[in-house]
Amino acid sequence: MTAMSTVPWLTILGLIPLVGALVVAFVPGSAENAKRMAIGFSVVTLVVGIIAATQFDRASGKQFQLGEQHSWIPQFGVSYSLGVDGIALVLILMALVLTPICLLAAWHDVPEEAGPRGGQRVKTYFALILVLETFMVGVFAATDVFLFYVFFEAMLIPVYFLIGRFGGPRRQYAAMKFLLFSLAGGLIMLVAVIALYLQGPGGTDGFLIERLTGLSLDPTTERLLFVGFFFAFAVKAPMVPFHTWLPDAATESSPATATLLVGVLDKVGTFGMIRFCLQLFPEASTWATPVVVALAVLSVIYGALLAIGQTDMMRLVSYTSVSHFGFIVLGIFAFTTVGQGGSTLYMVNHGFSTAALFLFAAMLVRRRGSKRIPDFGGWQRITPALAGIFLVAGLSGLALPGLSSFVSEFLVLVGSFSTQPVATVIATSGIILAALYILLMYKKVMTGPKPEGLVGEREHDRLDERGRRGLTAVRDLTTREKLVAAPLIAAFVVLGFLPNLALNVINPAVDKTLSHVQQAVPNLNPAGTVAEGSSK
Amino acid sequence: MTAVAPLALPTLPAAFQQSNVDYLAILPLLIVFGTALIGVLVEAFASRERRHAIQVTLAVAGLLAAAAAIILAAKHQGLTMGLTDGSTNRQLFALAIDGPALFMQATILLLGVLGVLTMAERFGGVGPDAFTPSGASTPGSATETAAARAGALTSEVFPLTMFAIFGMMLFPTTNDLIGMFVALEVLSLPLYILSGLARRRRLLSQEASLKYFLLGAFSSAFFLFGTALLYGYAGSVYFGDLSKAIAAGPLAMNGLLVPGAFLVFVGLLFKVGAVPFHAWTPDVYQGAPTPVTGFMAACTKAAAFGAILRLGYVGLDTGRWEWTNALVLVALLTMVVGSVLSVTQTDMKRLLAYSSIAHAGFILVGVLAFDRKGVGAVLFYIVAYGFSTIAAFAIVSLVRQNGAEATHLSQWAGLGKRYPVVAGAFAFLMLAFAGIPLTSGFVSKFGVFSAAIGTGGATGTVLAIVGVLCSAITVFVYARVIVLMFFSDAPDDAVEVVIPSVSTTFSIAIGTLATLALGVLPSALLDLADRASQFVR
Repeated sequence: MTAMSTVPWLTILGLIPLVGALVVAFVPGSAENAKRMAIGFSVVTLVVGIIAATQFDRASGKQFQLGEQHSWIPQFGVSYSLGVDGIALVLILMALVLTPICLLAAWHDVPEEAGPRGGQRVKTYFALILVLETFMVGVFAATDVFLFYVFFEAMLIPVYFLIGRFGGPRRQYAAMKFLLFSLAGGLIMLVAVIALYLQGPGGTDGFLIERLTGLSLDPTTERLLFVGFFFAFAVKAPMVPFHTWLPDAATESSPATATLLVGVLDKVGTFGMIRFCLQLFPEASTWATPVVVALAVLSVIYGALLAIGQTDMMRLVSYTSVSHFGFIVLGIFAFTTVGQGGSTLYMVNHGFSTAALFLFAAMLVRRRGSKRIPDFGGWQRITPALAGIFLVAGLSGLALPGLSSFVSEFLVLVGSFSTQPVATVIATSGIILAALYILLMYKKVMTGPKPEGLVGEREHDRLDERGRRGLTAVRDLTTREKLVAAPLIAAFVVLGFLPNLALNVINPAVDKTLSHVQQAVPNLNPAGTVAEGSSK
Repeated sequence: MTAVAPLALPTLPAAFQQSNVDYLAILPLLIVFGTALIGVLVEAFASRERRHAIQVTLAVAGLLAAAAAIILAAKHQGLTMGLTDGSTNRQLFALAIDGPALFMQATILLLGVLGVLTMAERFGGVGPDAFTPSGASTPGSATETAAARAGALTSEVFPLTMFAIFGMMLFPTTNDLIGMFVALEVLSLPLYILSGLARRRRLLSQEASLKYFLLGAFSSAFFLFGTALLYGYAGSVYFGDLSKAIAAGPLAMNGLLVPGAFLVFVGLLFKVGAVPFHAWTPDVYQGAPTPVTGFMAACTKAAAFGAILRLGYVGLDTGRWEWTNALVLVALLTMVVGSVLSVTQTDMKRLLAYSSIAHAGFILVGVLAFDRKGVGAVLFYIVAYGFSTIAAFAIVSLVRQNGAEATHLSQWAGLGKRYPVVAGAFAFLMLAFAGIPLTSGFVSKFGVFSAAIGTGGATGTVLAIVGVLCSAITVFVYARVIVLMFFSDAPDDAVEVVIPSVSTTFSIAIGTLATLALGVLPSALLDLADRASQFVR
């Protein structure tokens, strides 16, 4: 693309974890060593990612940057073409931050087995997460529709293995359901991808997004193509009524997998809506807005209601995500800079806050040996520090002012109100429901009388031999867990007070998308471009 | 191809006419046929101990030499082996050496090498492990040893395979219906025998052989009857004449043309296992020795699709509207039946058989694009599928319990935990069959579907959508195999993976690597297939 720099940053970002995966999986040595190497590779990727981000020119944030373009399958019109705009950049950075955190949190997810090859299972687990990181970078960085599709589908395979091999008791069912839902969406999209190419200028680079933008399509064709793409993204995102795979997949997989699945992979759905649905099919997007917004509001309310009713902690968290994705989609289809910028920021914040909820809940689950909320109660008294970070994660989930998710939720609602007042009013009630499901969960898990038979370790130390009888000590946060929690909580606070760090990168890209829509649908909404750059 | 004129009939050409043959153009065919004949002699004269080694070396050398000769033949493209019709002064050619023909020949040769190498697997025994030296004996029994001692070896499978390969190469090359029929028989007869030679589960194998033979004979008869009707219609069996006759022929004669075209297609569609002519496929795939199944699945499909392309694009092209709708229906049925029925299978070989039926349907979608792009996509698909399927069947032949192949799905449970490399390769091939990106299966499906949507009009789009939905169904099937291998626990009487010899390892490795390479960097082969997609007339 633009020859800002000759270093192929994005390819490097994708290659490091892939090499890491091969090293982790195949270099002999102890499993402990492999884990350390995996963390090492993901941290290196993050560092390189940050360096790459400093090369990103915010002033021309509309354009795809840091990219490269090579002919890949010229017969099909496919290029290996990468590049990021502001939206893709922040999402990639989020993925790069989350991966080492997840790896660290996954330290004891897979027990080492006995025997000479007992460590192989652990190595496979960590290697698969690194492979997933490669695909996550690729899918956000692809600027060729075909290449995007390749990453979109190929990404399913490591996740499928992560759920199916390293999950809970119903993991086979969950893995199959996940794969079939995602592939069904993806294959419908494939037809649309092919048809889109045939509508475009064709040639050996006919799949590039820039060549497919601004086509004058026949309205019926455009709407059909939009539906083909949107269906895949709605399954991925997931929106009601295509959400049923998510609770199963997230509950049955290991916490780290669930975090990456909900935190990053599902964002591909909402990212795809901005990048493909809105940019390539602007007219059809406005045509479909009433239905999409209705589904989004339905997701907000229905997801929240279902979350309130859950007794399984992981399931509860995954239903809260359905609700949050409703907000994101609402913001995207509001067609205002504020709304869409808010949605993009929401994607980032939700990545961190859902990671915190999943990973902190998993810390509780590991201590108690159960995911059921009724099995807890009064844990604040025995694990005060864990209770503290769990509360912070919860408050971030319900968008407490001062924490990052408040900013994005506020922006989405403000941005949407000008164009979708009714929907926004209804969606706002989702905030109250969010407070309900989070605080009810906290109440049931943390408050109340001290659990019988359990005791905090500090108190355990104080008791004498007789007093200890019949009591099991529960450890509070370990150093490793503190390392997992610290960056997440730091992200809440930093992005909560300085959202412009991200918004300044995001907004030029959002403006570009909206200007595409505006060109195609001139009388869209006058409010769209007015509220530039407002944050809080 | 030469006419010897009886003295009593003055109307026939008076003088002996020698057909003009471009020998370099048909050199690959000659080499394979010659190797097969030498193989028969080796069978008669070479000593028992050395026969296996000689046969395998000879077959592989012959195939590779023929593959090298393709490069030579590519410089001599055109119609050949012709004679002049005395009354009309037309040149009639029996063979068409053109891009599609040579591409198919090369494909069949390379896949044939892998097939032969898998068949040569001995697992330390005397003869090839998969084949029986005497039909009545059980494996490892005294009868079998006695039969082996009496000299009943199984190295005749190699000349038989070479004859089959010769027929397969001829099939997409012939330029007239009679030649096509001859090729059809030459390729089929050795396969009937090979299917019946399985060393274990003899009854299944014999049933497979008989079923294949009887149904194959029927389909050949259909083909021949169709040829007769078309001859009645056009007055010639040459594709060029046929095409011209249809273009000029009166509508009143359609009573001959439509059934003729239909019956000829029946004969060809039978060979690719298209619904409703697929009933033999699961039984034969299951009963035949596994290496033979892999060879058949890959090479027969290549040969038959080559023939279907030539018939549809050269011979009957001008009468397309007469038979296209029937073929569209067949393609739809093939995709739906193949993928839906593969869901319920419990035997690995039957599952792969139904999968091959579904794939035949996908390839037909490419055929129905009626475009150069479609031809290129079909050629690519056949190569990609051939490499994957040979490797897949080779792996099936390694998974064993008590010495016999463990083909029941439940026996594969937990395989990935104990044999990660083999199971990993198989899982990768399953993903390729499912059409996941970064495997050759995705590129091939993308090729045929985009050709169908691009030039097939509304019908093509419908075919592509149905194809995509059927792919989604088959994903469930392949994912279930992966679930079994990797996510389930192994039963107590777990199966084992026998350590194969270099030859089988080589075919599995090449098959799997080709599947990966054609998925990641397909453009070289796509380019070749595209350049080879022009028929001569």
